Amino acid sequence: MALVVPGVRPVRRRAVRRRGTFTPLILLAPAMLWLTVFFVVPTFSLASQSLQTGDIDNGFVFAWEFQNYASALGRYWPQFLRSLLYAGTATVITLLLGFPLAWFMAHRSGKFKTMLLVLVIAPFFTNFLIRTLAWQVILTDQGWVSNVFRATGITGVLHWLGMVPNDSLMGSPFAVIAGLAYNFLPFMVLPLYTSLERLDLRFLDAAGDLYANGWQTFWKVIWPLSLPGVVSGTLLTFIPAAGDYINSKLLGNTQTVMIGQVIDSQFLRVLDYPLAAALSFILMATIIFMVSLYVRAAGTEELV
Amino acid sequence: MAAGVQRRATGELRLVELFREYEDFVAVNGIDLDVPPGSFFALLGPSGCGKTTTLRMIAGLEEPTSGRILLGTEDITNTRAHQRRVNTVFQSYALFPHLNIIDNVGFGLRQLKVANWKTKAMEALELVKLADRAKQKPRQLSGGMQQRVALARAIVNEPEILLLDEPLGALDLKLRREMQIELKRIQQEVGITFIHVTHDQEEAMTMADTVAVMRSGSIEQLGTPADLYDKPATAFVANFLGQSNLLPIEVTSVSGAVAKVVSHGSELTVESASLPDGQTAGLRLGIRPEKLRLVSATDSVWTNRLSGEVTDVSFTGVATTYLIRMAWGQEITVTQPNDGTARATLGEQVTIAWDPHHAFVIGAD
Repeated sequence: MALVVPGVRPVRRRAVRRRGTFTPLILLAPAMLWLTVFFVVPTFSLASQSLQTGDIDNGFVFAWEFQNYASALGRYWPQFLRSLLYAGTATVITLLLGFPLAWFMAHRSGKFKTMLLVLVIAPFFTNFLIRTLAWQVILTDQGWVSNVFRATGITGVLHWLGMVPNDSLMGSPFAVIAGLAYNFLPFMVLPLYTSLERLDLRFLDAAGDLYANGWQTFWKVIWPLSLPGVVSGTLLTFIPAAGDYINSKLLGNTQTVMIGQVIDSQFLRVLDYPLAAALSFILMATIIFMVSLYVRAAGTEELV
Repeated sequence: MAAGVQRRATGELRLVELFREYEDFVAVNGIDLDVPPGSFFALLGPSGCGKTTTLRMIAGLEEPTSGRILLGTEDITNTRAHQRRVNTVFQSYALFPHLNIIDNVGFGLRQLKVANWKTKAMEALELVKLADRAKQKPRQLSGGMQQRVALARAIVNEPEILLLDEPLGALDLKLRREMQIELKRIQQEVGITFIHVTHDQEEAMTMADTVAVMRSGSIEQLGTPADLYDKPATAFVANFLGQSNLLPIEVTSVSGAVAKVVSHGSELTVESASLPDGQTAGLRLGIRPEKLRLVSATDSVWTNRLSGEVTDVSFTGVATTYLIRMAWGQEITVTQPNDGTARATLGEQVTIAWDPHHAFVIGAD
């Protein structure tokens, strides 16, 4: 054996190394190509567009026009802030609704687990636009939701919070946030479910045994162990919600305009491409900045 | 030590008519038990005998269907797990993966608002010889080390009772033996009542002062390891703790300390004291394999003699084990220590004998 190995080894090692070097590249190539064509190139073209000057009739020229960014922020900062606020509120609501639901699915649903998972995904079989339009019907002035809210005084509380302008639910910040929370709930529930399903319930026994009551067990054991799911769920909800333009368009009013709507109208109606591109870049930069702060604060890299 | 005993209640546990029923079966079927303070108590039984359910009810992780649990004079039946001064070493250890070792050990102390929790947790880690691992995460430690952390995390709270749920089950044999000695040492050092659940009879016998053998939700027999081994009350105990040869017997006469019995036509003697009270039918005589001797056919010193043919010989070094087939077909196991006495060979006709003092009698089940 010992005599054979030295002669054989160099040949084998070279063969192994060659396969080890090229296979990952070959496997990566389609994705790299895709990202280059549909992400890197558009990003650069968008960046250059955001620094152009001119108008649609006379054409745009590249001119390092940083003024686009200043005017974008100067004119649309309320819509920026509103988008972050609405997306943040919707994210908190989906977390509050999604956590108990995900816990129930992961540990209490027994044989109904698969059925519940299908039900969570089921709305995706219907078009996003249709589902959002359905909320117009749900929140309509003559609908039972409006009646119940009015009768129980919830509408009054929402009005006091500035969430509805008068006593109708439609065309209000409330309707926009409710629509966002509804549309993005599955993106919160699924990562939470994955995280909670892996959580070993024996840790709860151990916490109880070590003098922690239910509330303390939640904060000291369940919450930290579910953080990976919480982080991915909140990111998957907050990021698309911040750029969303359907919910505020269909369920809001002129006072609930979000930044996605502004970008949409600048690109497609006003045809001020440089301003729209600058707005897109500001939104992207803001989200990347906030997400990196958030991920660092949550400290997920230290988790199991 | 004395100060410790004064400071707290007794650490004495009483279970009164404890039942735990599930929809389709009864896990614990009426247990009455007194565990004296400071003892090392073992609940021994095969899987599914209700020992872990009993332990979980003591910990407060499971509710009894009926019955009471008393800690000292206090009835704790209706208290929650976190309200009981009882801690558990779980079979899976259940160390919190997001906390490092010192925070795992200090978890209970911080819940109890102990001011110098860090010092105490370090002392507990020193007791299990893992002080140098305090800053590491559980997954960085080996199984044996995790087991010791789980132990430290439980005893650091100075509970009235420490519950151990098959704590050595996941360890390899050598480590298990080491931990058995270690656990015994720690129990003597801290003086806490230990209740140890296991299916390993050797583990229970090595460590515990008192062993309760459980079977289908009830306690079959309770006693010191030596009592259980030498005087098992039932066939189940006789076979669960080591090996036994059981012969059906009929009592023919009792005179004083000695009784005459007949088994398959052979006349034998037993000690009258070993006969169960009031039972005459379905009695069985039990003899441990190591209590049997191979003697010469003409030897008249031994009153209890049977003969048969050697059908199997296995040499293990310290001893030789024979299977000897009796005239009625039953095979008797005999263990002969490797002490220089002559060995029998396969197919040989031999006579086996035993001292009546070394035999026990069990009643019908």
